[in-house]
Amino acid sequence: MYDVYKVREDFPMLKNNVKMHNAPLVYLDSNATTLKPQCVIDAVVDYLSNYSANAERGDYDLSHDVDMHFEGARETLRQFINAKEKDELIFTSGSTDGLNMVAYGYGLTHLKAGDEILLSYAEHASNTLPWFDVAKQTGAIIKYIPIDETGHITLDAVKATVTEHTKIISLAIMTNVLGFEVPIGEIAHYAHTKGIVVVADGAQSVPHMVTDVQKDDIDFLAFSGHKMLGPTGIGVLYGKRALLEEMHPVRSGGGSNARYNKEGEVTLKEIPYRFEAGTPNIEGAVGLGAAAKYLMNLGMENVVAHEEAMRKYAIERLEELDNVDVYNKEATGAIAMNIKDVFSQDAASLFNTYGIAVRAGEHCAKILDNYLGVNSTVRASFYVYTTKEDIDAFIEVCKKGDDFLDAFFR
Amino acid sequence: MHSLDNPLVMREIIMDHYKNPRNHGIIDDDAYMKTNMNSSTCIDNIDIEAKFNGDMIEDVRFDGEACAISTASTSIMTELVKGKSKEEARKIIENYKDMIYEKDYDPSLIQEAYVFKNTYKQANRIKCATIGWNGLERLIDESEGKKNG
Repeated sequence: MYDVYKVREDFPMLKNNVKMHNAPLVYLDSNATTLKPQCVIDAVVDYLSNYSANAERGDYDLSHDVDMHFEGARETLRQFINAKEKDELIFTSGSTDGLNMVAYGYGLTHLKAGDEILLSYAEHASNTLPWFDVAKQTGAIIKYIPIDETGHITLDAVKATVTEHTKIISLAIMTNVLGFEVPIGEIAHYAHTKGIVVVADGAQSVPHMVTDVQKDDIDFLAFSGHKMLGPTGIGVLYGKRALLEEMHPVRSGGGSNARYNKEGEVTLKEIPYRFEAGTPNIEGAVGLGAAAKYLMNLGMENVVAHEEAMRKYAIERLEELDNVDVYNKEATGAIAMNIKDVFSQDAASLFNTYGIAVRAGEHCAKILDNYLGVNSTVRASFYVYTTKEDIDAFIEVCKKGDDFLDAFFR
Repeated sequence: MHSLDNPLVMREIIMDHYKNPRNHGIIDDDAYMKTNMNSSTCIDNIDIEAKFNGDMIEDVRFDGEACAISTASTSIMTELVKGKSKEEARKIIENYKDMIYEKDYDPSLIQEAYVFKNTYKQANRIKCATIGWNGLERLIDESEGKKNG
């Protein structure tokens, strides 16, 4: 039995009753970043306090300890996404970094004029802007997979958009703002019959779903640590070994080369080290390893079930109100809504006054406006520690919507 | 106590300027200097234009997608500075910002804009309450050939 109140005991921000605007914190912005459990904090502090040395280069015991923990974290993360081998996981600074590495390290070297890159209208900027630039540099063409009237991206829509020129499909597994799950496995299996490489942005899916890169046959997967209970500034890019062998390191320097001479002949290190030039974010990596371990101990199936239950409860409660618009009742991700006649930022400010953290805005998916018909929404997102009481507090403030300037005078 | 120091009155003034913003709507006229204030951290996206006649601010207008606080504060700002000299306008902007950032200021100069005196309590709204004012400041700077707007 999943005991959310016991889970909350693991999070200092909740256990210590952190307040916002003099009210107990109700944190409904986990899609932006998550709170951190004690075990992650401990793992980071343990590195900084007890075995602080560099990785992958030392000749003494402490450095060996670092390697054990650093590579141990890589192995934990391999299990978390069920990759075949741990060396297919590159430590990055986050999803944005990983997607840029694929676009510039693989896209730029494999695309030519007239080739097509498929994206969707529901992508985060980090899965559009690098591709825009790569398309510009190579002469490749960006095409968009249409979203159907229910907000979904379907295999049929992908099939209808693919042509003989399609070389890369790059999609978020959980669509931005709308929060719908994309059938990435079906898409990848179909794409591979056409020789198309599938890049997946897992920033919003890996923390909230069971991820299996082998079952879904994903070619590249980028995700961030801080959205799955880990520290900021760390993430992972997964790539199939054969593709990583073909990928060009976008950064080079210490740690990426085995040897080189003054004539410029460079022998690169093995994968994944050739992609990790410079001293890595060691405390970030061990912290992320601890976060993945924590989530596996909870059981990702239980996490998924808990979030589903909370979302269902929130939708039921929202349906009791007649002064709100909910845009994605059937989705699995964050709830996108507005209080009627209240600009999203004014609403978020009102929630803030009652200690509730929600996000207002375009959520970095500016090209979605045309589809949704609204320029901005309030986004409430849940995670392992979200309770019905959190949602009740949220609903009570929704009821006060008419008086949103209240926030300005309290 | 300031005559506007009543939350009900303050609320009413903000709502009035939000629902019926003054000097709203951009005119496509080369005599106007125009700037876009597109906050990178929030979603306010406001266009501001001003028509200068020598040292005078003959007209100020704005439009855009914005929250109640930025709309109302920009609306009040346009009424305050219209017909004033650039120097007078700078003085008003300076006093308004001093209020926002909790410094000493002269309430008589900023008149209705006094209703935003509580902004400091909502630190995340400071950019909303100043976006239009910064826009006008930028236009005045540009009209004087300064690049540091």
